[in-house]
Amino acid sequence: MIVLGVALLAACTLIGVYLGDLLGQLLGVKANVGGVGIAMILLIAARLWLSRRGRLTRGVQFGVEFWAGMYIPIVVAMAAQQNVVAAMSGGPIVLIAATGSLILCFGAVALLSRIGRRDPGSAVVEHGGSVIEGDAEPAPVGRPAASLAGKE
Amino acid sequence: MDHTIWHGIEHVFVEQSLVAAFAVIGGLILVSNYAAKHLTNGRVHGSAIAIVLGLVLAYVGGLYTGGKKGLADIPALAGIGLMGGAMLRDFAIVATAFEVDVIEARRAGLLGVLALALGTILPFIVGTLTAVAFGYHDAVSITTIGAGAITYIVGPVTGAAIGADSTVMALSIATGVTKAVMVMVGTPLVARLIGLDNPRSAMAYGGLMGTVSGVAGGLAATDPKLVPYGALTATFHTGIGCLVGPSILFLAVRALVG
Repeated sequence: MIVLGVALLAACTLIGVYLGDLLGQLLGVKANVGGVGIAMILLIAARLWLSRRGRLTRGVQFGVEFWAGMYIPIVVAMAAQQNVVAAMSGGPIVLIAATGSLILCFGAVALLSRIGRRDPGSAVVEHGGSVIEGDAEPAPVGRPAASLAGKE
Repeated sequence: MDHTIWHGIEHVFVEQSLVAAFAVIGGLILVSNYAAKHLTNGRVHGSAIAIVLGLVLAYVGGLYTGGKKGLADIPALAGIGLMGGAMLRDFAIVATAFEVDVIEARRAGLLGVLALALGTILPFIVGTLTAVAFGYHDAVSITTIGAGAITYIVGPVTGAAIGADSTVMALSIATGVTKAVMVMVGTPLVARLIGLDNPRSAMAYGGLMGTVSGVAGGLAATDPKLVPYGALTATFHTGIGCLVGPSILFLAVRALVG
């Protein structure tokens, strides 16, 4: 069932954010430490566990992948509510600090990505890209959209 | 007559705010994809145009309403605030993890940790040096502005913890917001130059850039398949910044400037 996929995603997010808050408290920080990252790891583990037991149904998969496909629209909505006016009117100190750290960090990415061997990426990575892009293209198990009306 | 029709439409938009946001953002993406295909011949990613368009609209909205939340401060478009807010953003980011290639992610784990360390220290150094160059001499202000260069959350959290005054806090937040916006717009432009085309470099990128909104936007505009890898490291960045900002980094600055 689709809702089970959505519920799985929600449960992972809630547990992850809770653990992130807890980690923050343990470290004495007024912030969530890696909650979303922990949630992502939980979801990856849940996927592996389900697929090993053959419980990863199309419905569950669709429930999660729908939200992955909503990622870009959500990011566009996020962009549309940034405080761009404040960013544009920050003055030279803001511009210099932001640009300087940006250039330095881009440079560091260039350096780090040259460490070790370069990897063109696997089929799993490519498939992930098409899901996140929001194309409901055929997953390895078949086309979810066609089966929804009848099955769920 | 015209007025009543307009009023009715606005009423529906206010009442159905989230649904209205889905329609508006969908329309924005449709236009952006069309522009990407026909105006740039597919050279620019449709989502890159959509994100830049979103930022431009946020600027216009901010000027129009005088608020802090861009388009979302217009009552009829308030749903954009919910749709693009931290709750659904994090929910969608977690969902992208479903597509992660575990082997790739594990292989780049150590690289991600290194990137997180550099991504905290490098911006902090740039921020503090800028603050000193502009005439700030007390450890509290220097640290707060430096922390703002890490992310716009680390800045005020650090500033509040060490007792910075509100003008310095505002500068610190503005630095972080500016960085986030520049990451969103700049990433697709430099992606090829910095080798950002595989999961490994995406994990390094996430740790170095930090700012979740910047990374989320930057990777979406560059190549969606890289999103979960960058997000995986980026989500640890703010927490680590909040941890070391008011403690180790502040003590280091105080030791240096006295």
